[in-house]
This record gives sequence, C-alpha cells and structure tokens, in this order.
Amino acid sequence: MKILVCISKTPDTTAKIAFTDNNTKFAQDGVQWIINPYDEWYALVRAIELKEKDAATAIHLITVGAADAEPIIRKALALGGDEAIRVNADSHDSFYIASQIAEVAKQGGYDLVFTGKETIDYNGSSIGGMVAELLDLPYVSLATKFELNGTTATITREIEGGEEVCEVSLPVAVSCQKGMAEARIPNMRGIMAARTKPLKVVEPAAVDALTSVVSFELPPAKAGVKLVSPDTPEELVRLLHEEAKVI
Amino acid sequence: MSVLIFVDQADGHIKKSSLEALTYGAELAAQLGTSAEGIVLGEVKDDLSALGKQGVKKIHHVNNSALNHLDAQVYTKVIAEAVAATGAKVVVFSHNLSGKAIAPRLSVKLKAAMVAGAVGLPNTSNARPDDPVGRGFVVKKNVFSGKAFANLSLNTDIKIISLNPNSFHITNGDGVAEVAPLSVTVDAPKVIVTAVNKVTGEVPLSEAELVVSAGRGLKGPENWGMIEEMAHLLHAATACSRAVADAGWRPHHEHVGQTGLAIAPNLYIAIGISGAIQHLAGVNRSKVIVVINKDPEAPFFKAADYGIVGDAFEVVPKMNAAIKKLKGIA
Ligand SMILES: Cc1cc2nc3c(=O)[nH]c(=O)nc-3n(C[C@H](O)[C@H](O)[C@H](O)COP(=O)(O)OP(=O)(O)OC[C@H]3O[C@@H](n4cnc5c(N)ncnc54)[C@H](O)[C@@H]3O)c2cc1C
Ligand SMILES: Nc1ncnc2c1ncn2[C@@H]1O[C@H](COP(=O)(O)O)[C@@H](O)[C@H]1O
Repeated sequence: MKILVCISKTPDTTAKIAFTDNNTKFAQDGVQWIINPYDEWYALVRAIELKEKDAATAIHLITVGAADAEPIIRKALALGGDEAIRVNADSHDSFYIASQIAEVAKQGGYDLVFTGKETIDYNGSSIGGMVAELLDLPYVSLATKFELNGTTATITREIEGGEEVCEVSLPVAVSCQKGMAEARIPNMRGIMAARTKPLKVVEPAAVDALTSVVSFELPPAKAGVKLVSPDTPEELVRLLHEEAKVI
Repeated sequence: MSVLIFVDQADGHIKKSSLEALTYGAELAAQLGTSAEGIVLGEVKDDLSALGKQGVKKIHHVNNSALNHLDAQVYTKVIAEAVAATGAKVVVFSHNLSGKAIAPRLSVKLKAAMVAGAVGLPNTSNARPDDPVGRGFVVKKNVFSGKAFANLSLNTDIKIISLNPNSFHITNGDGVAEVAPLSVTVDAPKVIVTAVNKVTGEVPLSEAELVVSAGRGLKGPENWGMIEEMAHLLHAATACSRAVADAGWRPHHEHVGQTGLAIAPNLYIAIGISGAIQHLAGVNRSKVIVVINKDPEAPFFKAADYGIVGDAFEVVPKMNAAIKKLKGIA
C-alpha cells in the first residue's frame, strides 16, 4: 500500500492578515508558518493510522513550495511520513499546484492520494479534485471517516444536513476533514528520525497557470457593536426585526 | 456562447444554494449579453420549469438514475459534454459540498480557469470589446478563511465560477423555464453510495439563514433547552463552539469555526462564546452577528453588530419571550 499525502504550508491561524506591494502580496513579516491543519490533523494522521495497522504501508509526502517550506515538511515527517518530495515552485494557482502533484503521483503508483479539505489561506477546496481528474481517479471529497478492507475503501462524506457512506475500489483520491482522525503531536523519536528521512527536491514540470491574483483587499471594518441593556432584551429583538430586518 | 449553471439536487429536490447560483448565472448572462441555462442531473421530484423564476430560459435535464448520487468523475464527464453541446463559456456552480467535488475536476477537464468561493459578479470592465469573456474577467473570492478577499483573474476562454453559499440573493420572478431532456453518455459510478444518514427534523446548518449558537458559557448540556427554543422560534439551526463539541455537550456536526463548519448566515447569535480567532474564522462572514456574553471584554464583541453584556440565563429566556410576542405565539 502506497499513500501520497499532500502537505501545504499556511500562516498560523492567529496570524495578522495584511498585504504589501500595492495589495498584491501577503505580508509575511512576523508570520508563523504551520502545516495546513486539515493536511496534518486529518490527512496525515489518518495515513499514519493506516500504516500502524499494516506495516507494509509507505507514506510519501509531497509539497509544492519554495525552500522555506522545508521546516513544514520536516515536521510532517516527524509526525510519521516515510519520505518527502518537494516540488521547487511557488504558485497560488490551484491548477499549477495540482499539475505538479499529479506529475509526481504518476511516477509513484499510489493506491491512495490524501489531501486536506482546504487550505486555510487560499480556501480553494480544489486541489484534491484537480489531482483526481489529472490522474483519472475517483474522488471522494470532504471525507469524515475512512476504512480500508483489502482494496476497497469505505468512506463517509459530508452532505447537507448529514453524511453519506460510500464504497470505492482503490486507487482513489480523498480530501479529509474533521472526523478522519485525532490530532497528534510529534514525539522526540519522530523528530530525530525525521532528520535522516529522505527529502527529495524536484524541479517543476512546465505548466501554465490558469489564474492570477490581481489584488487583495480587507473587508470593511465593522461599524462597532450596538449594545443593548441586559434589562431590556426585547429591545434587541425589536432591533433585529425593524433595523437589521433579519428576523 | 452562454452561461451554464449546474443545479444541484438531493433526494430529488433542488438545493437552495443552487437557486442562488441560478440567479447569479442569470445576472451574469445579462451582464455579458447572453443567455443562461441550467443543467440538472439525476431523477427529480421538483418542477424544473419553476427554475425560470431565477431568470434562466432553459433547463437541460439528464434524467438518469445512475446520477442520483454524486460521483464527481461521472458528473464531470456529463457536464463537460453539456458544455460542448451548449457552447457555454462560463459554468457556474455553488461552492457547496457537491460543487467542491465537481468544479475542480471540470476545470481540469476543460482547461478552464476556476474561482472557488466567489462572493460577487465578475468585473469585466477591462475586457476587450471583441472578447468580453476572454481577458479582463476578474472575480472576487474569499481568502484567509473570511478575513480577506482576493480579486482573481480567470485567464482562459472558458471559465468556472463556484459561488459561495449565502453570498448572493435569490430572485423570484415569474419566468418559466423550458425543460429539455439531454442525452449524453453516463458512465457507471465507481463511488457507490451505500447509506445516507440525515439529521432529521432540523434546519441543516450549512444551509441555514439564521443560526443560534452557544459556548462553554452555558455551563453544561442540560442548559441547551433555551437555545433550542430560540432556534425553534426563529426557524434557525443550532451551532456550538469547538470547546462544547469536544466536551461532548453537543454533536460534532454542530461545531463551527476553523476546524468545523464555516457558515455565512444572515444572522448569527453567539451566546456564551468568547470569540476566539479560530471560532470567528468560521462565522465572520455572517451578515449580522449578535453576541450575548457576561464579560464586556469578550473578544467576540469586536466582531459583533449587536450585543448584550449580561448573563445568558437571564437574557435568553427574556429574548425568547419577546420573539414569541413578535411572532404572535402566545
Ligand atoms: C488550532 C485550533 C483550532 C481551533 N478551532 C476551533 C473551531 O473551529 N471552533 C471553535 O469554536 N473553537 C476552535 N478552537 C478553540 C478556540 O480557540 C476556543 O478555545 C473555543 O472557541 C472556546 O470556546 P467557548 O467560547 O465556548 O469557551 P470559552 O473560551 O471558555 O468562553 C466562554 C465564554 O462564555 C462567557 N460566559 C460564561 N458564563 C456566561 C453566562 N452565564 N452568560 C453569558 N456568557 C457567559 C465567558 O465570558 C466566555 O467569554 C481552536 C483552537 C485551536 C488552537
Ligand atoms: N502547495 C501545495 N503543496 C502540496 N499540497 C497542497 C498545496 N496546496 C494545497 N495542497 C493540498 O490540497 C488541499 C486543498 O487545497 P486548496 O485547494 O488550496 O484549498 C490542501 O489541504 C493540501 O492537502
């Protein structure tokens, strides 16, 4: 069993969001970078659990990013990946990133491709589906549970107001979210082992991006909270009805 | 040239998020001087001609039971054939659960630039007159989990827009759509749905316009009666903070925030929730935010439109009484 887990680097959830260069670039000063939470907590940890059940499993990690993504991929290795591949490119175009992942995946012969539900910075929820199409694989998105029975996967996915259980034969691409696994913290042994695990750097395939960011903007500041006295909650109900017109 | 809207159904019923996508597609078509058409896959129970109310002229229906459940691979092939058949230049999805599965695949299949999570109509003011959907087609989308927007240029001939749920109005005109069967090759699905588990009798959180949410300030699960009552009175969905779901006070599917569901209702009432940044990441796109918290320093007040600094156990029952009065419930 070979699993490819897609790992992206995102700003820490508490990072201040600001832009430079005439609002065309994210201001990186003082920003802490983390593994995108969905990739770490759900995709990677579920892959590690599968390996714990079947030692013959190999977990490969892939990230498309510049050299500054290496601490992130080392941390992912410390959690439990076997080896990592970094495609040396910096892009925010989902199609470009997905194409790079697919190039590597084609050579690897993976039974499973796991991504996170979405990146918490670009919020695309797109790359998993794009990789699946590029590899002509079935795709189960927004999975909350994943079980393996030989070469058949039983996957639970979110639907509006509930969930759906489905079955699919490997290979398959899956995007992972809450429910798949419980977050872990790397231990000392893992951190030491990660230092010597292979991290291969490959140059990107020639691919044209389909989109470009023209500019970023911040939402208009809120006007400020209108406070109502705790003695007259009926006044709040009146405001929601007559002023905000939401009830 | 036309605008094609993917109309999503569950159990034979058209989803509300698709009515938003239809309205959006119809207004976009008017902006581009062309017409809007919809496509529905699978067997349906609703009257599809009624989708004319949202401004589309024609609905293509692939009435095939193999499409009753989503297999993104199969759906993508069908929609790609429909794009070719209709000559569509823009394909609109809702950025709902199905849209997230299908739209990216279609983007690859058609080599079409895609924007995921659009929040408004495109800006085409820089388009060349001879090529209105060629270049200069810029769409605003959410980034940084609702904390910012990016203006994205879609640089291919065919474009895909996946519209954020609850970020566009629904028109209800008196149009009637022509419903035309569409015959295309439908592959056998590889993803076989074996069970559907719905949380019944509630408004699904992801589709709710009004949401009543509570946090650790409620002290324990036994105190949710007044929260459920408020939700019931307002026809709202209930939600909670992660701390509450982790403690097992409420089911995990109610948990909103960065690691839970991201929602954008018209009204979000947060009761006894501190407003941690990870919580706000899932709710800050709500149109109106109401905060009830006994601590005037609670960070949530900074993100709120209305608030009461007070004890939830006193405030909420009084609000419920006022809502009953407003709704004429004795
Ligand atoms: C990586 C990461 C991801 C996370 N993701 C999420 C997420 O997705 N969603 C999420 O919600 N959290 C998330 N969290 C947790 C988040 O940081 C907070 O810990 C959590 O939201 C707190 O929940 P709470 O507001 O219910 O509880 P508390 O922070 O304990 O706040 C309780 C509030 O209730 C008020 N209160 C107490 N008694 C009363 C009363 N009688 N009447 C009125 N008010 C009262 C208090 O003043 C306080 O403000 C995440 C954390 C991390 C580190
Ligand atoms: N640069 C990247 N390198 C590797 N995987 C990525 C990258 N960006 C995104 N992914 C994967 O794709 C998922 C969805 O990303 P997105 O479509 O950007 O929301 C993430 O959760 C990751 O698993």
